Amino acid sequence: MDKMITVNTQPVPWEENMTIERILKVMHYTFRMLVVKVDGRLIKKNEYAATVVPQGAVVEVIHLISGG
Amino acid sequence: MEKEYFSKHDPAILSVLRRSTVGIAGAGGLGSNAAISLARSGIGRLIIADFDVVEPSNLNRQQYFIEQVGRPKVEALHENLKRINPFVEYEVHHKRIHAGNVAALFSAADVLIEAMDEAEMKRMLIETWISLFPKKPVIAASGLAGVGLTGKIHVKQSGSLYVCGDEETELRPGISPMAPRVGIVANMQANLALELLIDGEAAGG
Repeated sequence: MDKMITVNTQPVPWEENMTIERILKVMHYTFRMLVVKVDGRLIKKNEYAATVVPQGAVVEVIHLISGG
Repeated sequence: MEKEYFSKHDPAILSVLRRSTVGIAGAGGLGSNAAISLARSGIGRLIIADFDVVEPSNLNRQQYFIEQVGRPKVEALHENLKRINPFVEYEVHHKRIHAGNVAALFSAADVLIEAMDEAEMKRMLIETWISLFPKKPVIAASGLAGVGLTGKIHVKQSGSLYVCGDEETELRPGISPMAPRVGIVANMQANLALELLIDGEAAGG
């Protein structure tokens, strides 16, 4: 079986040196405002390009929309 | 009167709520509605911060009155809350919330309700809160504009972060926030805050 990660409960093939930025691209997440967690740990926006996700990681991406 | 006010409450639950503090970041559609439900529920202390003033266009969904137009929202809300339940301690701040004052404003809160308008502010608040207080719940809202689609509104949990809403309805011409859906999401946030306090996920007192 291929090496995988989980993004919002969906299995996604893992790649060597896969960053948050890459995951958002692969998933076609174009939302402007997100909260991202990897294995329960919050990843801030300025860390998306530098944060490499390990094989088997559970990634959660929450979409924040204006309005309140 | 205070005893009678809470005479329908379960005494064990009431004592937890009376010891609890809830922070509400924003006093717009979400914040004003959540604050009223939490006040009626007998939360011991509410801390509310907002920089804005009441505008006529707010009245389609926010808990203010015509004669309060032009006044700071926190001041008007404080007045309304005292009329609804004077047996709650209210701490209101007429201030713009930013990463540098979240701790000073809300560190006493057992749980924080994110009731901001702009997505950028929502993210700032969530990231700041989780960094400062990784164990204290933050209840955010995302996707509440428009009408209908009640079944799409849900609660998503990720550790200490909870998000209420449909996570998809964007504001755009023709899709604006309306009283029922904003009220549903605000009350989901308030309802979840009570649940976390009662279940001990958020430590009251």
